[in-house]
Amino acid sequence: MSDTSKRTVVFRGGGFAPKPQAWIGVMVFVVLILVAEWGTRSGWISALTLPKPSDVLETFRQLYASGLLFQHLGPSLARLVVGATLGVSIGISVGVLIGLFSHVRSGLVPLIAAIFPIPKIALLPLFVIWFGIGEGSKYALIAFGTFTPTVVATYGAVDNVDRTLIRMGQSFGLSWWSIVRKIILPGALPGILSGLRISLSIAIILLVAAEMLGAQYGIGAYILEAGSLYDLERLFAGVVILSLMGVIVNAIISFIERRMLGWRS
Amino acid sequence: MDIRLEGIGHSYDDFEVMRDITLDIPNQQIICIVGPSGCGKSTLLRFIGGLERPQRGQVLQVGDAPKDCLNPLTYIFQDFALLPWRTVKGNISLVLEDHGIRGAAAREIIDDVLARTKLTDFAKALPKQLSGGMKQRVAIARALAVKPAVMLMDEPLSALDSQTRELLMDDLVSLWSRQPFTAVYVTHNLAEAVRLGHKVVVLSRRPGQIREIVEIDKPLSERAFGDADLDAYQKRLWNLMRDEARAADEELIHV
Repeated sequence: MSDTSKRTVVFRGGGFAPKPQAWIGVMVFVVLILVAEWGTRSGWISALTLPKPSDVLETFRQLYASGLLFQHLGPSLARLVVGATLGVSIGISVGVLIGLFSHVRSGLVPLIAAIFPIPKIALLPLFVIWFGIGEGSKYALIAFGTFTPTVVATYGAVDNVDRTLIRMGQSFGLSWWSIVRKIILPGALPGILSGLRISLSIAIILLVAAEMLGAQYGIGAYILEAGSLYDLERLFAGVVILSLMGVIVNAIISFIERRMLGWRS
Repeated sequence: MDIRLEGIGHSYDDFEVMRDITLDIPNQQIICIVGPSGCGKSTLLRFIGGLERPQRGQVLQVGDAPKDCLNPLTYIFQDFALLPWRTVKGNISLVLEDHGIRGAAAREIIDDVLARTKLTDFAKALPKQLSGGMKQRVAIARALAVKPAVMLMDEPLSALDSQTRELLMDDLVSLWSRQPFTAVYVTHNLAEAVRLGHKVVVLSRRPGQIREIVEIDKPLSERAFGDADLDAYQKRLWNLMRDEARAADEELIHV
């Protein structure tokens, strides 16, 4: 045995554990923009295919300097906030009711399943008749669009609350209302928040759709106008605003999660 | 306050899981219930605490619970059942809030039970920061806070490693010695049963019936790890159970 050769054991573990590396994400953006800039300047990307990133930036600067940015952003944000607040709050309430009561569940789950796949944009004409051509129909569209995913996420989250915790509450004689408030709602919060990520992204999509179909001001109207004039710089400036809105919404939800879900292991 | 079980029987559909269980749980004694897996011992415990209803027979409460008792029948669960979003203190105050105990009165109770379970330094910790043994201590503290007349313990040490189990058994014995409590202790671990039980009730395989009740006279405080008397009791229990346990193990699961 003494002359047998010694070798280190080959390492074959590790991996499959993604770690966040923030700077790579930024690098991808920077590289893409640099490639686009270089391509458009040197001419192998024609001006009709893609606008020069530096021109988009310039357009954006003008938009800001002329005050038009806030003229468009203001109404858009108002619609987003009102519509999403309505849809999310009604959605969470209905979702909790579905999670708690068998009758509500049996009655509403098929209905929700029936309205979930309807493209809400298709209903815009109907909303215009019901709520008028003004802000009402836009609020309704965004509210309706955020409502269904929020309901589904919420009752799923309520269903997933650990039953042993509920039994524990009952065994200590907690009232029904205490169990709902102190055990079910906090336990469902992680699921509700991850549903919120999806429904708020849908809200942004619907916001633009609603504004494209009838609004004087708003990011959607701005993009539509730029598009019909083939003004690619302005079109891209509008798109960048939308994606910034998405990133900010996501960041807000991540912040709330860090603050309120620190108890998760 | 005593608990009396009279002719408890239960079936799921036409599948009988428990038959004619009659048992007295006298005040200030720890009754251990052991049996092969699937004999319905945890179900029996849920019947005693009113979390489930037996189809036949009844669970009786004989006499009144002490006046200061907030929740006469109080569980300790195998998986601790702590709210992960509340601190140790918050988990205990949860069960006091519904009785209108807040502020200074609550603080007094919480400080007392934390001291009794040696958790005073961990009042502000979240469950995720605690080891399994500590979590179960918190659950025990929470149970003590409502001054139960009967503690219903459902495999309370089964999720813990064997060293922690020894430590917690010592803790339970010293808690009982200082202030005797009534408990029904369900376990599949015979060492726990002979260490903590004044009486050990052996259930048979499905349908669960009482096979034998073994009384252990030795006072709790004199029992120790590796005690020869206890080993004899444990052997006797195992002889009673071995064949049943094997048969239960080989049984197909009906779902």
